[in-house]
Amino acid sequence: MSLRLSESLADEIRRHGEAAYPAECCGALVGRLEGEAKEVVRLAPAVNRRTDDPHRYLIAPDDLRRLDADVRAAGLDIVGYYHSHPDHPAAPSAFDAAHAWPWYSYVIVRIDQGRGAELASWVLADDRPHMLPESLDVFSEV
Amino acid sequence: MSVTVAIPTPLRNFTGGRDAIDLPGATVGEVLDGLLTAHAGLKRHLVQDDGRLRTFVNLYLNDTDIRQLESTSTRVREGDVLTIVPSIAGGSPATETALPKLSHAEVLRYSRHLLLPEVGVEGQRKLKAARVLTIGAGGLGSPLTLYLAAAGVGTIGVVDFDVVDLTNLQRQIVHGTSTLGHSKLESAKGRLTDLNPNVNVVGHEARLTSENALDILRDYDIVVDGTDNFPTRYLVNDACVLLGKPNVYGSIFRFEGQASLFYAKEGPCYRCLYSEPPPPGLVPSCAEGGVLGVLPGIIGSLQALETIKWIIGAGDSLIGRLVLFDALKLKFRELKLRKDPNCPICGEHPTIHELIDYQAFCGIGAEPDYHGVEISVEEFQRERQAKGDDLVLVDVREPHEWEIAHIEGARLIPLSQLPDRLSELDGHAEIVTQCHHGARSLKALEILKGAGYGKVRSLAGGIDAWAEQIEPGMARY
Repeated sequence: MSLRLSESLADEIRRHGEAAYPAECCGALVGRLEGEAKEVVRLAPAVNRRTDDPHRYLIAPDDLRRLDADVRAAGLDIVGYYHSHPDHPAAPSAFDAAHAWPWYSYVIVRIDQGRGAELASWVLADDRPHMLPESLDVFSEV
Repeated sequence: MSVTVAIPTPLRNFTGGRDAIDLPGATVGEVLDGLLTAHAGLKRHLVQDDGRLRTFVNLYLNDTDIRQLESTSTRVREGDVLTIVPSIAGGSPATETALPKLSHAEVLRYSRHLLLPEVGVEGQRKLKAARVLTIGAGGLGSPLTLYLAAAGVGTIGVVDFDVVDLTNLQRQIVHGTSTLGHSKLESAKGRLTDLNPNVNVVGHEARLTSENALDILRDYDIVVDGTDNFPTRYLVNDACVLLGKPNVYGSIFRFEGQASLFYAKEGPCYRCLYSEPPPPGLVPSCAEGGVLGVLPGIIGSLQALETIKWIIGAGDSLIGRLVLFDALKLKFRELKLRKDPNCPICGEHPTIHELIDYQAFCGIGAEPDYHGVEISVEEFQRERQAKGDDLVLVDVREPHEWEIAHIEGARLIPLSQLPDRLSELDGHAEIVTQCHHGARSLKALEILKGAGYGKVRSLAGGIDAWAEQIEPGMARY
């Protein structure tokens, strides 16, 4: 599996992370399966329900149920999630890995002193709880 | 009974691509067991090693989270839909780079800490980053702030409005003869910064009140309660629960002390242990009852220890445990504390959502007249010898208090259960209600009188007076 994401959506993730800095932003990747690739069609920014700790994010199940219903009604699926790591590498923390679901793509964006930096995508390894890098294809639209 | 289980996209690799599976079962738990048996690959993603659902796995029966029902014991009906809904959680590592660095002088100063793998450079940097608020710069606050400062806690806030008095110096070792008459904040700040100039001591020269508590506590990571009175103790507890902060509790009296770590996110709070304060005037303060000077040194040091362990994340915390210390016997005992699901502030259906009037809550300034309905422990003992089992003693405390000590022959009916358990008491019996200090037993008396029981009295001073005057070998708390 790989993840396809347009340059403009990648920028949208960076902007969301910049706006939430120094806390973390989070949201869902809405898209569809195209053969062996998950293609992101749009983002669904989510409310970070963890307000007690800027190093954590949580998308609550009630929020997710509503989002999932909307996404399905549009004939799409949630293919993964994104969140920001303020002043940390775009690599999963132990906490990320411990809470990951299989199959979903987890895109992490590094926010460097308030400015959006690199993105990387990760998936949960079969023998949880650690995550493996996933091929992330950021393409520019013509 | 057949229930449809809806499988979310990320788990369909484990169900052969199916998005819904019909399974038999009478409860959510049975349906879930059936699912995990039929599709074993799901197991490691949905349940922990101990068999419980992972924290980020939610089950909805039709439209309701089963945690709001009866969890996995919830009964299901034909045609119900059970949906697996993810919580999506994560975050950046709470990190090395965000922690302040240590200077060469600090490395040398803390070298005995750095040699301990449980502390090490990272733990020492966590201490430097930590912000600890201590309520009170008195008996408990003295050893506490001294050890926190020596340990290199970066920011120590101190709330106190008092002045150093000669009677303080028998135990309040952060102050000295040279600072008699000075404000305790000024006195403590001088001593603490002399001990460790790297520490930022922030003084809050105020009495902690419902109006200022949240604003003062908000900026700190952990709160240490060194107060000597019940209104402030309940105030500190409630403010910590409302702000989601840990509260390192300690209290002392004469030769005995207690300590625990109340952290409502992970365990019980002070109200789970003591739902009601003792009636005003019943428990003498240290000023009235006296205290052995070294006792706050021991309990305050335990509080410093728990604070430091919590900051560096080492060892087993006192969450859910109450340590009782008896200086004369030199004995430590430990009680398990459970979170009270009916706790008015941290229970399942809290009724307290903001700070209240703690003076009024502790009955200060408004004591009703209970003259004539109380019986002294001596009188009770005499009547009991004469009447035997015809005089029924009803202990209305909680079971964990019963475990500490109880009067032989008493019947345990916790106050909260009394209205539902009246049928256990003979309406013609002569009843004496009893609690810890004699306050709850008066409430129980009112409940019984209201229900038509004619011959009810309340044991004045409760089991504590009994232990003090009648049965000296009994444990007191």
